Amino acid sequence: MTTTQVAPDADDALLAQFEATIGRSDRIEPRDWMPDAYRKTLVRQVAQHAHSEIIGMQPEGAWITRAPSLRRKAILLAKVQDEAGHGLYLYSAAETLGVSRQELTELLIEGRQKYSSIFNYPTLSYADVGTIGWLVDGAAICNQVPLCRTSYGPYGRAMIRICKEESFHQRQGYELLSTMMRGTDEQRAMVQESVDRFWWPALMMFGPPDADSPNTAQSMAWGVKRNTNDDLRQRFVDMSVPQAEALGVTFPDPELRWNAERGHHDFGEPDWDEFMQVVRGHGPCNTQRIAHRRRAHEDGAWVREAATAFADRQRSERAEAHG
Amino acid sequence: MSGEQDLTAEGGHGAVPLAGVPVAKKEHSAEREWPLYEVFVRGKRGLNHVHVGSLHAADDEMAVRHARDVYTRRNEGVSIWVVRADAVTASSPDEKDPLFAPSGDKVYRHPTFYAIPDDVPHM
Ligand SMILES: [Fe+2]
Ligand SMILES: [Fe+2]
Repeated sequence: MTTTQVAPDADDALLAQFEATIGRSDRIEPRDWMPDAYRKTLVRQVAQHAHSEIIGMQPEGAWITRAPSLRRKAILLAKVQDEAGHGLYLYSAAETLGVSRQELTELLIEGRQKYSSIFNYPTLSYADVGTIGWLVDGAAICNQVPLCRTSYGPYGRAMIRICKEESFHQRQGYELLSTMMRGTDEQRAMVQESVDRFWWPALMMFGPPDADSPNTAQSMAWGVKRNTNDDLRQRFVDMSVPQAEALGVTFPDPELRWNAERGHHDFGEPDWDEFMQVVRGHGPCNTQRIAHRRRAHEDGAWVREAATAFADRQRSERAEAHG
Repeated sequence: MSGEQDLTAEGGHGAVPLAGVPVAKKEHSAEREWPLYEVFVRGKRGLNHVHVGSLHAADDEMAVRHARDVYTRRNEGVSIWVVRADAVTASSPDEKDPLFAPSGDKVYRHPTFYAIPDDVPHM
């Protein structure tokens, strides 16, 4: 798992072997030699992806105790538990690169590694649970499906597990919104208001325009990333428009229309200044999200210590008995 | 925008910063971490246990419980094995490793090595 020191010419041979593996669209596996920059890119990507899953439990988790029915509560609990699972699959993949989950957690709560800015927006009504499932998990699916073929084996395998579960997330959200749309005028207004708030942040999930995303080229050459930000954003818009029509809601974008010539929808430009503000830590919930994660981690310290002490005692008692 | 802070949609939930993100091992950590376990799941009767990932647990029993919660939330398994990662011995990752060389030149171990006339049935 550690990179071995090699002579320069041996290094060239290893690099050639690495590039040939990528060239064949084969997978790189944990103990393979890999360029340091590739390893660093993956640690950063997989860790920040894991953090996003874990922090992503908070906006919806806040509604578990206020679910409108036992059915909705059971669904939301299962969904939020899945997100915890996604975080753990990804930390497990990151650990094959020589970092530990605990180190990564500490880097997160120290604010040195980040998570997706979408989770810095508040959830103001139960309709947001539906909108997040539909649009936020929907956008995540667009990002994640191509990552199932990413060049690093453990990351790709984690993504396959995650993608299988995401479909439930998106469908339960959409079904929740459809149920509300069949309700009262007030409920329909709640859904529209929620969609209005989440549409632009969901589009921002794909990252800045390709022209402003210089790292994309290297990540694509390594097969770590499979599609550009703009490609994925377009795909998401094209998928979402008919879903919105079926639901009976509109998106808050006057420029959104079908372009027959391109065979795609045209749409407006997200407010990238707002995006930058949120990324820099000035979003509505940045401070709260990290404070919550830190509290959970620190409040759990005595449990981790007690379990370690118990395991140590069991071990020594067993050793004595066998002694 | 790019010069100041580079961002991309890497990772499933989108745009995260790239610059100034530490990725190296931390020098010291505050507490002793639970050991790492590798997890193997038998999907259903008749199949082998297959490696599915890893997790941390204080001891073996806890590792099995955590494995159930993390890797089998939807009936993905009927049996779980856990083994401490530091107890695994592995071959060298190099495919050119001489360990695998003895099987490379023994083509006669494969059925396709033997020419059988096309009109001989059931072979
Ligand atoms: Fe997820
Ligand atoms: Fe999800």
